[in-house]
Amino acid sequence: MTTVAEETATLVGAPVKRVEDARLITGAAKYLDDLKLPGMTYVAILRSPYAHARIKSIDTTKAAEAPGVIGVYTGKDFEHLPALPCAWQAGGVENLVNTPRALEIDRVTFTGAGVAAVVAETRYAAEDALELIDVDWEPLDVVVDVEQAAAEGAPQLHENAPGNIVMDWSTGDAAATDQALADAEVVVKQRLVNQRLIPTPMEVRGAAATYEPATGEYTVWMSSQDPHIMRLLMTAFVFGIPETKMRCIALHVGGGFGTKIFLYHEYVLMAALAEKVGRPVKWIETRSENYAATTHGRDHVTYVEIGADRDGTITALKAKTYANLGGVLSTIAPGIPTTLYGRMLSGAYRIPNIHCQVLGVYTNTGMVDAYRGAGRPEATYVVERAVDLVANELGLDPVDVRRRNFIPPDAFPYDPVGILRGLRYDSGEYEKPLDRALEIVDYDGFRAEQAEARKQGRYRGIGFSTYVEICGAAPSAWIGTVGEGWGASMWESANIRVHLTGKVAVTIGTQPQGQGHQTTVSQVVASELGIPIEDVTVEIGDTLNTPFGYGTYASRSAAVGAVAVYNSLQKIKAKARRIAAHMLEADVDDIVFEEGKAYVKGSPESAKTIQEIAGAAALAYDLPEGEEPFLDDTTYYDPPNCTFPFGTHIAVVEIDAETGETRLERYVAVDDVGKVINPMIVDGQVHGGIAQGIAQALWEYGVYDENGQLTTASLMDYAVPKADFFPSFEVDRTETPTDVNPMGVKGAGETGTIASTPAVVNAVMDALAPLGIRHLDMPLTPERVWRAMEQAKG
Amino acid sequence: MHVAITVNGVRREADLEARTLLVDFIRDQVGLTGTKIACDTSQCGSCTVDLDGKAVKSCTVLAVQADGGAVTTIEGLASNGALHAVQEAFRETHGLQCGFCTPGMIMATVDLLAESPSPSDDEIRHALEGNLCRCTGYENIVRAVHEAAEVSR
Repeated sequence: MTTVAEETATLVGAPVKRVEDARLITGAAKYLDDLKLPGMTYVAILRSPYAHARIKSIDTTKAAEAPGVIGVYTGKDFEHLPALPCAWQAGGVENLVNTPRALEIDRVTFTGAGVAAVVAETRYAAEDALELIDVDWEPLDVVVDVEQAAAEGAPQLHENAPGNIVMDWSTGDAAATDQALADAEVVVKQRLVNQRLIPTPMEVRGAAATYEPATGEYTVWMSSQDPHIMRLLMTAFVFGIPETKMRCIALHVGGGFGTKIFLYHEYVLMAALAEKVGRPVKWIETRSENYAATTHGRDHVTYVEIGADRDGTITALKAKTYANLGGVLSTIAPGIPTTLYGRMLSGAYRIPNIHCQVLGVYTNTGMVDAYRGAGRPEATYVVERAVDLVANELGLDPVDVRRRNFIPPDAFPYDPVGILRGLRYDSGEYEKPLDRALEIVDYDGFRAEQAEARKQGRYRGIGFSTYVEICGAAPSAWIGTVGEGWGASMWESANIRVHLTGKVAVTIGTQPQGQGHQTTVSQVVASELGIPIEDVTVEIGDTLNTPFGYGTYASRSAAVGAVAVYNSLQKIKAKARRIAAHMLEADVDDIVFEEGKAYVKGSPESAKTIQEIAGAAALAYDLPEGEEPFLDDTTYYDPPNCTFPFGTHIAVVEIDAETGETRLERYVAVDDVGKVINPMIVDGQVHGGIAQGIAQALWEYGVYDENGQLTTASLMDYAVPKADFFPSFEVDRTETPTDVNPMGVKGAGETGTIASTPAVVNAVMDALAPLGIRHLDMPLTPERVWRAMEQAKG
Repeated sequence: MHVAITVNGVRREADLEARTLLVDFIRDQVGLTGTKIACDTSQCGSCTVDLDGKAVKSCTVLAVQADGGAVTTIEGLASNGALHAVQEAFRETHGLQCGFCTPGMIMATVDLLAESPSPSDDEIRHALEGNLCRCTGYENIVRAVHEAAEVSR
């Protein structure tokens, strides 16, 4: 029989079943739309049908008289509230910022901008009344294409942003890179389109609010990845009230993928409406609203040039990227294509010369901001496609070119020629996952089969992505002094209370959307304190009872959030040792704490359990002199560096010669995310990420027509993949330690999305190589591939 | 219009506008919010419930169409405090992450296994085409269905 302590000591690293699931599989979990408050009213929002237009007037008379309607409001009712903050701008350059207002007043720059709101007794009544609002529009010229918008003569969206340019940012040494390209034995150039994606969490966004006139306090519920940031941005930058006058609450969050990081106009609007109406208000998006008005992702056009020696040694990489940021800026829009994209363009390779210029551009399209991976998928796509283009140009094996250019293990910590502005890749052994993945897929075997298939006129291909990414945002000193990020710090916090009975309550500032933080944090706590996992409760989501935290995105909740928990536990254990020393009348230096017990070194029979110590700490009548009662600690963890997970993903495809359809035969992923707390959860994160990345390569595309109408405005038109689109994924891991944090964790939430897109595109290009096709832009739909094949065949 | 629908074994009556969707009746009138709405266009399957022995998307059924019928929702799946084998299997295999598609996915799986007790990978993937999940890549959902099938045999 094993003891509790023996069981819990191995909890970290074990596939522990999730504590969250009991509620989720029974329908008991409460998401935002399940919230019903006494006297609740319902809000519907009128959105612009034009991509670019002036609002000449709005007549709300008829709507206000409709049955069940409590009030109808327009932008003029909220003129006193400033536009939303753009909280993460591109560092070191001027950002010409235009952001949404609670409701737009005189002009809109994308279809879906909010212009009026109806508050009614029921949602049906609110939506009915929208049709009775009469807006006198003056349509203006529209531009949706990012390069056209940046060109001379384009319709201008904002007076303060000439040429529609948000910012012109760059990193790296331009002169040295140009010289290296001029000196290179071969130079490969390619225009790469990283198309617009619509993130599509299954739960749409929404918000609800109440206002208490007696105290001036707002409570705002929203489906959010970062309720503390929501409160900070709304109170300090929009309402101009103390943080203490607002409470933000996230209930269960049904997926976010980045879209629920941001402050949206509706959240401000709900708080303001609750005050105006004097009753609770709730607004939940329709899926069409989600597609029109919630942020999109990616949407880059990049011109890449890569220089190499004839043996495949890469000597320079230069990228010029047009980043479409939409009609107005979302909360951290300019930060994504700069800090998280341009700074990661060295990939897993020792490239001696790198330069990247990014033009952020306004167009008459929906807002673009972080979508799972956020900048790193775009960077990985450029680098991994570029490496394949070099291999193709030189007639080399893409695996050999990768090996030749890998940053070697002894080069860590590695500074990618300064483009990370002081951060260094922490650790890496890039050959390890590559070797393992090649073994799983049987690379030599596949090449032999491929040669046979080609003889039969079949198009089979294999594609690689040997990526590196950045997680664990971020050291505050880097953010503060270098001007990257929120412009503030990005630490995380944890509070741990060991109650009198030895049961533990933990509160954290991160906010899961399906990642299972309550389980992983419980594992860490139970393992460190040697208690049953059932004795741990992890509370999240409410600014009232959780310590401030920056939230969950950029795969930071393990590498920053869990480390705050871990560090807090060390302080709890230190205090437990001091109290145990007093109880055992021993010197604290002689006390060992392990497996839930403190004892005098060499005399385990003397042990006091953590429960006994917690009881003594809480009763407090006999504590060491000067010791405060209660086993309680709050810790703030500010990481010294980011973490850099890596790995190899391999896709094997066959293209149908008749239809151009890509059939994904196999998908192999070997990731190295450092130490793993819960392998079941990490595998799940990898699976989901792979699916989203494959979907970009093959199917998904958020399309605006030339008038700025979103033609993929529902799940009928936007190709979210279904179960039968995929083969079973083959995943494995290697484990390379990092010394960035004491747990050795790196982050695992986005590797799948970051790695998979170029692996699939590279596989399709490999399949099509016999036709002389070297590049096609995504998504590689059957039609696009078939047309290219027909053209190539002549 | 007056409707009487048995929900999870309990007869529920209400006077509704004719346009009221079955999902709104279940969520707003009966107060069972486990059934989710996620697309408005009948693509995603989050609102899947059992109506008279068949899985239906309750956002595409009017409440009046279900008049006199019997509905089982996710809340009615467990019996005598014991989880249904499909619920257990989703937990065992990590077949859910955010959980929003899960009630619909579980209800669709119950329907699938009633018709095909030992489905193949392909059968499972085809049968669940009408239920979208954005978190799992479907990998562990397929495993969950196999697991449930095995346990139920």
